[in-house]
Amino acid sequence: MSHSVELQNVGMAFGQTRAVSNVSFTVEGGEFFSILGPSGCGKTTILRMIAGFLEPTEGRILIGGRDMRGLGPDRRPTAMIFQSLALFPLMPVWENIAFGLEARGVSKAERRKKAEELLKLVALEGYGDRMPGELSGGQRQRVAIARALAVEPQVLLLDEPLSALDLKLRQHMRAELRALQKRTGVTFIYITHDQSEALAMSDRVAVMSEGVLQQVGAPRELYDNPVTPFVARFVGETNVVEGRIAAVENGITSVDTAYGPLRGRAVANLAPGMPARLYVRPEALEHKGQGANKLTATIERIDFEGAFALAHGRLEDGRPLIASIPSTELNQAPAVGARVSFVFREANAVVLPDG
Amino acid sequence: MAELFRRFGGGLGTLFLALVAVWLAGMVLAPNLTMIDYALRPNLPPAEIGGQRDVYSLDNILYLANESVHRAIFFKTVWASALVTFITLVVCYPIAFWLAQRATPGQAAVVILALTIPFWINEVLRTLAWYILLAFRGPLNALLLVIGIIDEPVRWYGDIGVLAGMTYAYILFMLFPIYNAIESLDRSQLEAARDLGASVWRTHWRIVIPHSKAGIATGCVFTFMLAAGSYVAPALLGSPGSRWFTEIIYNWFFEGGDWNRGAAYALVLLVLCLAVVLVTLKLARVNLTDVAK
Repeated sequence: MSHSVELQNVGMAFGQTRAVSNVSFTVEGGEFFSILGPSGCGKTTILRMIAGFLEPTEGRILIGGRDMRGLGPDRRPTAMIFQSLALFPLMPVWENIAFGLEARGVSKAERRKKAEELLKLVALEGYGDRMPGELSGGQRQRVAIARALAVEPQVLLLDEPLSALDLKLRQHMRAELRALQKRTGVTFIYITHDQSEALAMSDRVAVMSEGVLQQVGAPRELYDNPVTPFVARFVGETNVVEGRIAAVENGITSVDTAYGPLRGRAVANLAPGMPARLYVRPEALEHKGQGANKLTATIERIDFEGAFALAHGRLEDGRPLIASIPSTELNQAPAVGARVSFVFREANAVVLPDG
Repeated sequence: MAELFRRFGGGLGTLFLALVAVWLAGMVLAPNLTMIDYALRPNLPPAEIGGQRDVYSLDNILYLANESVHRAIFFKTVWASALVTFITLVVCYPIAFWLAQRATPGQAAVVILALTIPFWINEVLRTLAWYILLAFRGPLNALLLVIGIIDEPVRWYGDIGVLAGMTYAYILFMLFPIYNAIESLDRSQLEAARDLGASVWRTHWRIVIPHSKAGIATGCVFTFMLAAGSYVAPALLGSPGSRWFTEIIYNWFFEGGDWNRGAAYALVLLVLCLAVVLVTLKLARVNLTDVAK
């Protein structure tokens, strides 16, 4: 079993600027764990603190139960895959992969053998003598992974390594990374700003915003039960309706809004009279259904996205509303300009305190 | 060339080309051809120039080959210039690396300014400053005596003085090419090397030096040529025992009155410098065009 990574009240300040505040979470050994957030949210700072390039100004980081304070990146059981990949352009592929072994004084024959094994693992057999510049983006990606795995790390840290690839290749590499992680059993900590990437690959995801940890959970949990407004808006598309709590019972909240009373699940502690917002996903809105939980909008346009279409409408007071329609039902879709009532089930909406 | 005409039109384009041609012919080709011409002719009284005895031969160059003192000074100049180059490289590489990869923009600006300011004054005056510093009763001896490192003043003029003066004089010619080369190195490569467990030495040997090879070769070529052709530092900071080949050339021209032999000696020095440049570039596998950049 690979090492776990534990952050205890970790904070980081660069002079007056605070990058990370009081972050605690535990990544289990062998887990594929993502840190998700917009750029500038502190996720890269966290990764660099785990790698040892930065020393946290507060709190501690434990890897495999051992406090990492004072240990540089060369002395931690981690290996990092950089956003730029940072392959050594003047070394052939096999020397790139074996560089960590070279630094450990392994003999040349042994290094070559290990490099060939790793090339096989990442499906690049026969590429050992090429130069990195002669490889495609996806191949370079795999060389970077092989180079990091060569030092047999307990924890692999990945800093948005797929961001430079085109969409098809990115989707392919996601699957490959995931498979590789399962095969090697190494703990993966993956940084990304792309929520679909995080949801698709990870066992669990930590969502960050402005240096503060918002929520840690499995992808479904983040999507279905966001605990902060940031998570509700950042993970997936959503519609937001402002209002005031009317009543709470059995975990279902009734919210008084400008469009009448609406009901949804109460995720956090709520009391009548509190300002609150109701979040409902585009796919939870049905234009053919009947019921009390209803939002009425005028359709402005329908964007075809492939598997589904997004109907963009305006509520009575001009606020936007997005509903998704499966492509198989597009022939029954409402016409542009029509006034349509969208209903949703209370189990599919979430109510969070305002703020 | 077509680009030049397209951009500036026929008249202006032709003018630019003509200016470059005149400059090359008048400032580069003509003096060098004249020097070769002089080098291969004997030194004759004015009446005999163009006469029977005025024929081309290698006599002046052979004279250097057979004159053991001059020959020794020539080879000493070669290896001493190589030593100056090596010392300058050892001094400049860490500074260049620090400036390019570690210093904050503020620190880099201050250090580069401090290194550049002395070069605003003339080379002779700069060398004169070293002349004062290294004097027998000068500040360096005084300081070392006070600290107690030496018991009596040291005569610095000579090999040490020349080495110090030249290293100082050519620092920037070594520093900037290396700095430019190292600056273009992606910092994440250094981090990746460290993350993979490489020591500082290995990171430099395997990553930084190969990356900055062209800059290092350029700096070495510049420094070697300047050192081999240097006159001021050996003249001011040297001693009779540390004569430089350029001083011999000077003597043939202005004291010996034998321009032909002086030209022959200068030609040998020029050929040597060219050879060193080409061999260095070959060894470093760098193109001449990379150096020009």
